[in-house]
Amino acid sequence: MTAKIVVNGLYKIFGKRPEAALEMTRRGEAKEAILGATGATVAVQDASLEVPEGEIFVVMGLSGSGKSTLVRLLNGLVTPTAGQIIIDGQDVAQAKGEVLRQIRRNTMTMVFQHFALFPHWTVAENVAYGLKIKGIAAAERRQKALAVLEQVGLAAWADSLPGDLSGGMQQRVGLARGLASDPQVLLMDEPFGALDPLIRREMQDELLVLQKKLKKTIVFITHDLNEAMLLGDKIAIMKDGRFVQVGTAQDIVSNPADDYVQAFVAGIDRGRVFTAADVAADPVTAQLHTDSAQVALSRMEDFQLDALYVLDGDTLAGVVTHRDVAAALRRDGPGDDALGASLITEFPAVGQDAFLHELYGPAGAGLPIAVTDDANRLLGVVETQAVLAQLDSDSVEDPTAGAQDAGKDGSQTKEVAR
Amino acid sequence: MISPADLATIPFDDWINAFVRGWLVPNFRPFFRAAQVPITLVLNNLNAFLQFVPMILTTAVFALAAWRWAGRGIAIFTILGFAFIDMIGLWPETMTTLAMIATSVLFCAIIGLPLGILAARSDMFWKIARPVLDIMQTIPSFVYLVPIVMLFGVGMAPGIIATIIFAIPPMVRLTNLGIRNVRGDLIEAARAFGSTEWQMLWDLQFPLALRTILAGLNQTLMLSLSMVVIAALIGAGGLGLIVNTGLGRLDVGGATAGGVGIVILAIVLDRITQGLGEGSKVRTISLRQVLTRTLRGKGAVPVAGPAARP
Repeated sequence: MTAKIVVNGLYKIFGKRPEAALEMTRRGEAKEAILGATGATVAVQDASLEVPEGEIFVVMGLSGSGKSTLVRLLNGLVTPTAGQIIIDGQDVAQAKGEVLRQIRRNTMTMVFQHFALFPHWTVAENVAYGLKIKGIAAAERRQKALAVLEQVGLAAWADSLPGDLSGGMQQRVGLARGLASDPQVLLMDEPFGALDPLIRREMQDELLVLQKKLKKTIVFITHDLNEAMLLGDKIAIMKDGRFVQVGTAQDIVSNPADDYVQAFVAGIDRGRVFTAADVAADPVTAQLHTDSAQVALSRMEDFQLDALYVLDGDTLAGVVTHRDVAAALRRDGPGDDALGASLITEFPAVGQDAFLHELYGPAGAGLPIAVTDDANRLLGVVETQAVLAQLDSDSVEDPTAGAQDAGKDGSQTKEVAR
Repeated sequence: MISPADLATIPFDDWINAFVRGWLVPNFRPFFRAAQVPITLVLNNLNAFLQFVPMILTTAVFALAAWRWAGRGIAIFTILGFAFIDMIGLWPETMTTLAMIATSVLFCAIIGLPLGILAARSDMFWKIARPVLDIMQTIPSFVYLVPIVMLFGVGMAPGIIATIIFAIPPMVRLTNLGIRNVRGDLIEAARAFGSTEWQMLWDLQFPLALRTILAGLNQTLMLSLSMVVIAALIGAGGLGLIVNTGLGRLDVGGATAGGVGIVILAIVLDRITQGLGEGSKVRTISLRQVLTRTLRGKGAVPVAGPAARP
């Protein structure tokens, strides 16, 4: 996939003498020193990013970190002091006047924190705004607006005024307005920041559902790390106008770049960041028809496992526990089909993209959780202890290594516990 | 005691005399004479029209407008008030005054609106315009009646020009204020969607500033009315002339009759334009919504009450 948005060494300095301040910034002097010396405020410094087509890039930072300025630089609402912005092959940093307007009309739209809907226009007229600006005829505008409103579930409110709608509904109108002119890039400036937590949750899920269908390239600004983790394919953490860390949610949670990021990550719900694939161990298995109970039992003892997944050829047949197999051996003696006799076919299984918080239920069965693909092939096994270990942020120094060993670690811990 | 006047005296009045008489009048008289042509044209036609239309019809139109925008009470007041004016024999003068005010307000709007828009878009222009507007409003109107007579002569049109100078500042000020008060995030949204400055003005700034602009129009109207009597000093007719004549002859009755006519006209015009300004935002939209609803054949737009929200 090609990068839709490329930003290189972007600076924005507000104030009367940006050149002097830029020089000082490049020498690495602190924001406060620059403000004192030149009276200029450094809003964004040396930001570089690449967003591949169809991905969500989240910029997360507290207020004053320059994230809102950054998103406004992308569509030219704020003119950069230095640096390069290429969106869909067009140089936004150099664009002016009509060229810039054309880029805004055809390539990217924006969704605002406080919705910024026009109070004197109906919902449908608001949604059709981008189309109106492009000079599309009224009838076609309305038709398209209604189609987009249908997507966000507000078709029935097309002729109401925005002021009659709740906050969540208004932001859906804002989103619909952004989508109506079918842009390739969607800039979202804290779009859910002004909404109640419940509605925010709903809107986040809805955005993800829409994004699956529409595959827009989205730059999403937020001050909420949980939101960033949920939505972002890539996340940039911003502080004092600078990217402190850029990476996937898992990267950032498992390897925080500094104390600042660490402090954020500490409060994060790790169950919603890591997936079953992150904590799954390579499966140790037995074959249903070819391996005897004896073999299965010794394998479990070798790997210090309580249970062993049993395959029938390529596909997963079930699971046997150490206790059952040992009991069966004592009762029946070594036989041909001893595994089949003690096979449990009701076992917990999840997909590899399942988040850890979705594993809490299956983990209650007391069996290791099978990670399977669509064809019921076993990809890995998650020991319940591995889930708990991953959730405990303090114990995980190097989670990438930890995740692979988690299976064995888990069983050792259990030995101690007994 | 020493006073600055002992050191030097400034012949300020002579300077002004030299400037106006020696330079402005001889050089620009034809220009100023030409400038009053459109005003005379509008005024004469409007006056002729209002004199031609029967009193009953004019009253009916005003009563209807009052009923629509200002309520039933003002409508009744309009009928009674206009009937009273007619009965004291001042109807033709009242219509002349109305024509003068309408002309003045029309030109104030034509000149003031673009100036207000310009002031809202350019801080530089606003910095220059502001003190000029202050001077226009604070300088006693008698002061500029003299140069106006010198430049334009006497008569109706110079009277209107004096009125325009006096009445235009609120139009500029409130247009500027209305446009500047449009929420910044809406402007930003319009920019982000690639609208041009003109599109932004028509789609967003003008409609949202309309209430404030109409308030400015109302102010302009009221100032025009108050100027009518003063303008009569330089030959403008209408009710102002009645008042002035009464003043000159110490005819209390005549002056009062003219004054009452002005007051009645003022109340009616003020209430109608105020109602227009207050109601405009809500009414135009609900009216349009009613129309779209009817045309599309839908029963009703869903009511976005709490119960109807998903």
